[in-house]
Amino acid sequence: MDKVADTLTPVLTKRWLSPRSWTLKTYEQLEGYTALRKALAAHPDQIIAQCKDSGLRGRGGAGFPTGMKWGFIPQGDGKPHYLVINADEGEPGTCKDIPLMMADPHSLIEGIIITSYAIRANFAAIYVRGEVLHCIRRLNAAVQEAYAAGYLGKNVLGSGFDLDVVVHAGAGAYICGEETALLDSLEGKRGQPRLKPPFPATAGLYASPTVVNNVETIASVPYIVNGGSDWFRSMGRERSPGPKIYSLSGHVERPGQYEAPMGTTLRQLLELAGGMKDGIPLKFWTPGGSSTPLFTADHLDVPLDFEGAAEAGSMLGTTALQVFNETVSVPWAVMKWTEFYKHESCGKCTPCREGTYWLVQILQRMVRGEGTPSDIDTLLDVCDNILGRSFCALGDGAVSPITSGIKYFKDEFLALCEANAASNTAPALAGAAR
Amino acid sequence: MSTSEEVLAASVLDPAETERLANESVVDTSVFGEDVVARARAIIARYPQPRSSLLPMLHLVQSVQGHVSQAGIAFCAAQLDLTAAEVSAVATFYTMYKRRPCGEHLVSICTNTLCAALGGDEIYRTVREHLGSDGKPLGHEETSGEPGAPGSITLEHAECLAACDLGPVLQVNYEFYDNQTPEKALELVKALQAGERPAPTRGAPLTDFRQAELQLAGFFEGREADLDGPSAAPETLRGASIAADRGWTAPSMPDEAEFPPVPEKK
Ligand SMILES: Cc1cc2nc3c(=O)[nH]c(=O)nc-3n(C[C@H](O)[C@H](O)[C@H](O)COP(=O)(O)O)c2cc1C
Ligand code: SF4
Ligand code: FES
Repeated sequence: MDKVADTLTPVLTKRWLSPRSWTLKTYEQLEGYTALRKALAAHPDQIIAQCKDSGLRGRGGAGFPTGMKWGFIPQGDGKPHYLVINADEGEPGTCKDIPLMMADPHSLIEGIIITSYAIRANFAAIYVRGEVLHCIRRLNAAVQEAYAAGYLGKNVLGSGFDLDVVVHAGAGAYICGEETALLDSLEGKRGQPRLKPPFPATAGLYASPTVVNNVETIASVPYIVNGGSDWFRSMGRERSPGPKIYSLSGHVERPGQYEAPMGTTLRQLLELAGGMKDGIPLKFWTPGGSSTPLFTADHLDVPLDFEGAAEAGSMLGTTALQVFNETVSVPWAVMKWTEFYKHESCGKCTPCREGTYWLVQILQRMVRGEGTPSDIDTLLDVCDNILGRSFCALGDGAVSPITSGIKYFKDEFLALCEANAASNTAPALAGAAR
Repeated sequence: MSTSEEVLAASVLDPAETERLANESVVDTSVFGEDVVARARAIIARYPQPRSSLLPMLHLVQSVQGHVSQAGIAFCAAQLDLTAAEVSAVATFYTMYKRRPCGEHLVSICTNTLCAALGGDEIYRTVREHLGSDGKPLGHEETSGEPGAPGSITLEHAECLAACDLGPVLQVNYEFYDNQTPEKALELVKALQAGERPAPTRGAPLTDFRQAELQLAGFFEGREADLDGPSAAPETLRGASIAADRGWTAPSMPDEAEFPPVPEKK
């Protein structure tokens, strides 16, 4: 296709503008469930192949190729297969899945049915964070409607394929967004990560082959079925194709959800969002939630796709663009995020459980103006002992704001310590009397 | 409750003392009536394996008592054939299960970094001070008023609530109040104390904490109208609206997109 895609390409967000967009009636009027009919007439392996061809990558943060993940499910193994939707959306800054499910729950459900058919699952669960009651209500009603219309239950649309879907409300734990913790939580346990391997594809829910995918990932599936892989690839970039919901928040004139081709830059998005609020200049931002290293005004032209963000030293994460202006103190912001990770650390492994505790102590001390320049080294040292040494990626994410904050704004940390610099003799442990 | 013959025979204590001690460890779960038992069974029936129902069942328990009590733990344990320790380990892991009785309303104020930078910390401070007593601000997960009584409010600071584009946000019984200020939040809290139920920005007409917990357990009977509560704020629709105004669209789909052929088995 020659045409360069428009700046904004509403696919997932397009239906949101329609009145009562969450109802089956509206959904069906706007091509809803047409992809399902197509898919049910195809061989399940064709759907997996098409998803591979499309280049769709997971929208939950890690960007794993979706078709490949589906292909890992062993077929003909005689075990039940499961599809679990990760709707735990808790990564600070991330706010795309909840509006999607509130406004257009049927697009997720249609994606679930097609995916379940492809991987031969007869039970799917939507694990949605508990604090979003209205979203849960809409999902629940949409599932009921889908059952009543014959899209769910026994013999879906006369195809011989059976599927049950349950909406499962979580109970307030960020770690349950980590896919193996999510599975433990869905099994009625404490949500703590599991050792991998085995991966969920071989031993997931109830130790059976399981696909865990993000909401936005699965909601993209009906469009790929209807439009084909080439159509999907006509947006975005070679290795990160498709449209993506970018969530702009913070000190911008018009925050909100902007769906654009992968590889769009913050500069382009800011222009649409009316620029920085009250014209106060940009200081720092997260490309994909607080677990992705900070960017600065120097990164306005970084193409926001998986490769672009990584090449510039961060990660695409969940495309949660939290934008902060010059009035915000970096050490303060870093302290707040670190308090979050400390609260949400599940406690299973020592580097993260103890490390986040001490990081908070040190950062709070610095923000109070009682830190010393050597605290910066201590922070980096603790981070070094968490990164790559923790049991799950929460620990790695926890150090991102700190290491990137110090990398770009070390002077600000130092300035906080100035008063104390004179009295700084030997490094002291946080919390130790001085 | 009577203690079994076996226990009485095995005990070295006199029968009356044995009886007293044995019964002390048995928790009275009678607050959970037939209807609650029926609901618990309905939850179990949703899943391939019963234990998956534990999280929703704990929400159900909170809908009855406004918190997860020892009785609530014993009730779930009995329904699922688990030990109280197993249930307790789960209940204490999750933030939404409250160990002390909640107020009529639960007010959760986002104080994660983004909301905090936009005023969330200030909102939390203002509300704490207002709800406090004797010059002492109300603490995290503390309740102003007699828990459960009209106008009583439990306050908490919350982590990111997935509404950052609408920050600073707060929730009452998990319904969203967007773009808050200290003044707006204070007005809202005062109204709640006075028995009013101001409508959320996004969500259904306000009920109370226990009704919200019942819905989280998956029971929505008779509340179909709740569905129509607003969900999309102008912020939510921003990109889609700009695209509609400017005539921007995704590339059009081909009339007949073909599936690739069935891959050959390796
Ligand atoms: C601490 C932590 C929290 C996470 N939270 C979420 C989440 O809320 N939603 C989500 O989809 N993925 C989350 N993830 C990523 C999941 O583990 C997993 O990669 C994802 O659900 C896979 O789906 P996808 O391939 O469609 O992206 C989280 C990961 C970690 C380590
Ligand atoms: S890294 Fe943190 S959240 Fe992950 S297992 Fe270890 S303690 Fe738990
Ligand atoms: S930071 Fe408050 S909703 Fe995300």
